[in-house]
Amino acid sequence: MSIDVLLQQIVNGLVVGSVYALVALGYTMVYGILQLINFAHGEIVMIGALVALVVTKALTAAGIPPVLALLLAILAAMIVCAIVGVSIERIAYRPLRSAPRLAPLITAIGVSIFLQQVAILVFGRNYFTFPEIIPKSPINIGPITVTANEIVILITSVSLMAGLLWLVNKTKIGTAMRATAEDQKVAGLMGIDINKIIAITFAIGSGLGAVAGVMVASNYGQAHYYMGFMLGLKAFTAAVMGGIGNLWGAVAGGLILGLVENVGLIFVRGDYKDIFAFVVLVLVLIFRPQGLIGEKVAERA
Amino acid sequence: MSKFVFVAENVTKRFGGVTALDSVSMSIPRDSIFGLIGPNGAGKTTFFNTLTGLYQVDEGKFTFDEKPLNVKAPHEVAEVGIARTFQNIRLFPEMSVLENVMVGRHVRTKAGAFGAIFRTPSARREEREIEERSRQLLAYIGLEKKAGEKSRTLAYGEQRRLEIARALATDPKMIALDEPAAGMNATETIELRKLIERIAKDGKTVMLIEHDMRLVMNVCHHIVVLDYGKKIADGTPSQVQKDPAVIKAYLGGAHAEIQQGASK
Amino acid sequence: MNSLLQNKRNQIIAIVALGIFLLILPFLAGMLGQAWVRILNITLLYVMLALGLNVVVGVAGLLDLGYVAFYAVGAYVWALLASQHFDLHYPWWVLLPLGAFLAALAGLMLGAPVLKLRGDYLAIVTLGFGEIIRILMNNLDKVSLPGGDTVYNITNGPRGITGIDGLNFFGFKLSKGIEIFGLPVSGLQLYYFVFLAFACFSVWMVYNLQHSRLGRAWQALREDEIAAKAMGINVRNVKLAAFAFGALTGGLAGGLFAAMQGFVSPESFGLLESVMILAMVVLGGMGHIPGVILGAVLLSAMPEVIRYAADENVQQKVFGFVVVAPEVLRNLIFSLAMILIMLYKPAGLWPSPERKAELEGDRV
Ligand SMILES: Nc1ncnc2c1ncn2[C@@H]1O[C@H](COP(=O)(O)OP(=O)(O)OP(=O)(O)O)[C@@H](O)[C@H]1O
Ligand SMILES: [Mg+2]
Repeated sequence: MSIDVLLQQIVNGLVVGSVYALVALGYTMVYGILQLINFAHGEIVMIGALVALVVTKALTAAGIPPVLALLLAILAAMIVCAIVGVSIERIAYRPLRSAPRLAPLITAIGVSIFLQQVAILVFGRNYFTFPEIIPKSPINIGPITVTANEIVILITSVSLMAGLLWLVNKTKIGTAMRATAEDQKVAGLMGIDINKIIAITFAIGSGLGAVAGVMVASNYGQAHYYMGFMLGLKAFTAAVMGGIGNLWGAVAGGLILGLVENVGLIFVRGDYKDIFAFVVLVLVLIFRPQGLIGEKVAERA
Repeated sequence: MSKFVFVAENVTKRFGGVTALDSVSMSIPRDSIFGLIGPNGAGKTTFFNTLTGLYQVDEGKFTFDEKPLNVKAPHEVAEVGIARTFQNIRLFPEMSVLENVMVGRHVRTKAGAFGAIFRTPSARREEREIEERSRQLLAYIGLEKKAGEKSRTLAYGEQRRLEIARALATDPKMIALDEPAAGMNATETIELRKLIERIAKDGKTVMLIEHDMRLVMNVCHHIVVLDYGKKIADGTPSQVQKDPAVIKAYLGGAHAEIQQGASK
Repeated sequence: MNSLLQNKRNQIIAIVALGIFLLILPFLAGMLGQAWVRILNITLLYVMLALGLNVVVGVAGLLDLGYVAFYAVGAYVWALLASQHFDLHYPWWVLLPLGAFLAALAGLMLGAPVLKLRGDYLAIVTLGFGEIIRILMNNLDKVSLPGGDTVYNITNGPRGITGIDGLNFFGFKLSKGIEIFGLPVSGLQLYYFVFLAFACFSVWMVYNLQHSRLGRAWQALREDEIAAKAMGINVRNVKLAAFAFGALTGGLAGGLFAAMQGFVSPESFGLLESVMILAMVVLGGMGHIPGVILGAVLLSAMPEVIRYAADENVQQKVFGFVVVAPEVLRNLIFSLAMILIMLYKPAGLWPSPERKAELEGDRV
């Protein structure tokens, strides 16, 4: 194995990993506040990709310059996904906030299947080609090959993550979010509108998911109704690996997962790529049951 | 055979900055009733939690029945013969009164999945024995009439007694009671006192945490007083009652009961 | 309903009526077509699977999202050891116990390292395990040892294994069917009776377990883990037992599945399958045997019924054209039903009375 191959895979891993991280943030934010695995988050990502695709095609057909069309499409995707995310919470999760823990998980699964079917109805079962707007011709940097598209993905996700961390740690809304995650009752007593904060959390998580969806679609050049499934699964794995509920954990988990998968490709056949994710997860959790950055919860007797 | 059934040596337990137990030592004579008292937050419950393996000690060690007590997993503690009750009652609320006690027999019985599925004769025999013994214990604490009821439907005092029966079902050599009289009225407390004395007479060591000073002073043979995680006194009830450090600790914490020996 | 069943005599009548109904059911279904008998058979397998998972999730409180892996183990054990693939043809009394045993072993191997994990973490690890098994089934068709050139085909990959031997009692092939007093009984109907027997066997096993020392330990653990430990219950072993038993039931159902279908492929053992079985348990009423059976029957029969009702021909007749692809409509209705049932009956359609109280008081 040459060092060049390793470097190349590291770069590839970072690109994929940053997308995982963006999706993982959506899972972890919701989990942090509601202790709920939002099973439908992968479908949000898929919807984001498909909406962006349709809008881009329509706008470019109308003669709008491609890059502007893409930006507008991403914006549209974010808005649609935020609305879908908030509605899901309002309709399917909120009534079950004090129900047994598994009940919202089952509705989440139901919502996930439902959204997939709606996507089939609206967009069909086809694999759509995502237009190549940001060029994917290889650029050589020393021994490494990247595309402009990949560079844009990396930069966008890093800025989005930075923005989210700033929002959560430095703004009033962020403080309210953290307080709600810490203890809903107390936060409510302090005058925080819990429902509003939860809705905002869903809106932000879904918005990030929409962008991630566009990234995946543009990177692989295609989008389809089923794309959210594996992606969501891996992103959730990443969130758990990092220590669910913890934003830095989601980022670290996503990046590590991307790296492990791609570096692992050097050693093992590609067919087994999807196994790495889970093997690494199992190993991490066996040695650190609370995840990489998670806190240990001690029970009081 | 040593005179002491249980010995703690220099046990220390810290929670972050709080030293809940600060090098606490004590020796409990066999078949005695042993009191552990102290103001709120003194570390009494923490002491129970460490000796029953719920928490790991930071320093120090326990000896039980002349063998070092290596408390790694809480279930092993029940196995060697220490049972306990909880300050904030921890029954199995949706199980019947009888079933709660039957769970206590778990550690002294052994039927596994195979026996359960196929109802083997030995499993059935064991099941009958479990039920019989549990009913005896219910009679012992005077709850035999409520065997079929859900434990959560019991009155407070009854729940506390049921916890004791459940602990006794594990055939302990030592039983540790964390504030069993809390929430009981005067009559119930008198009943409780009789129960505790009977348990001791039946050859078990009783370790008692209690804020009801009248009960403690009347029933205990020996008392250790904790304050801020440190042992400040150790002796017979009358010795402890006169101890200036104890009086100070209780007065400082606005607890005047100790001198009056009155219940709150 | 409960008050109706209170009376001992009514209870016996109800059981006898149910028994008769279950015995004539395959013949009623047969009148509609053998496809419906197959649906009944699959439903019975789902009953077994749901009962097994119910012990893991509903009784021991461990959220397992990879349960279908054990089903797969049982199915592949049968498929590999009784088919043309390796030209091995072991009899059922070797294969069923072996599949169940290996599945239980897999359960123990998975359970041992992960049991100490918190609920949701356990869920994702078991989910990962399920995916690992599926990916292995897909890729173990071109295994080569390091250095060796020979390529071994173990699972035949995504194409799956065909030509699997069916159930065969002392030389009598069940799939052939039989004629009793002039009444023709098809092969699938014979399978129905075998599966019904196994489903009843599973109910009996789960019932006995729940009412045993082990069952009490499970319940105690669920209600108060700390108190359970203080009573000397070895949490790890007791949870492992639940895990292994659940896996065993899954393995058994898997073997039966392979025998009836004559074909297995990784596609039958995806995450969605695990999720479905979990949904059966939760929708029906976790920890409550009748509820779980109800959940399994509803969720496995409902899609088929909807498929039938949403058939293109029916739509053609009603609307004059096909509005929605039947497959999509089926999944739409199905997912909506899942959501609505949970919204209106969070403890499941038929929860056990005690469980209901327990869950409602769950949150602090
Ligand atoms: N799990 C824990 N984590 C952090 N601190 C703890 C924990 N358990 C106990 N403490 C602290 O240890 C100290 C001793 O508490 P403990 O419960 O042992 O007191 P106690 O003597 O039983 O009081 P009380 O009479 O009120 O029951 C207290 O300061 C308490 O806050
Ligand atoms: Mg206490």
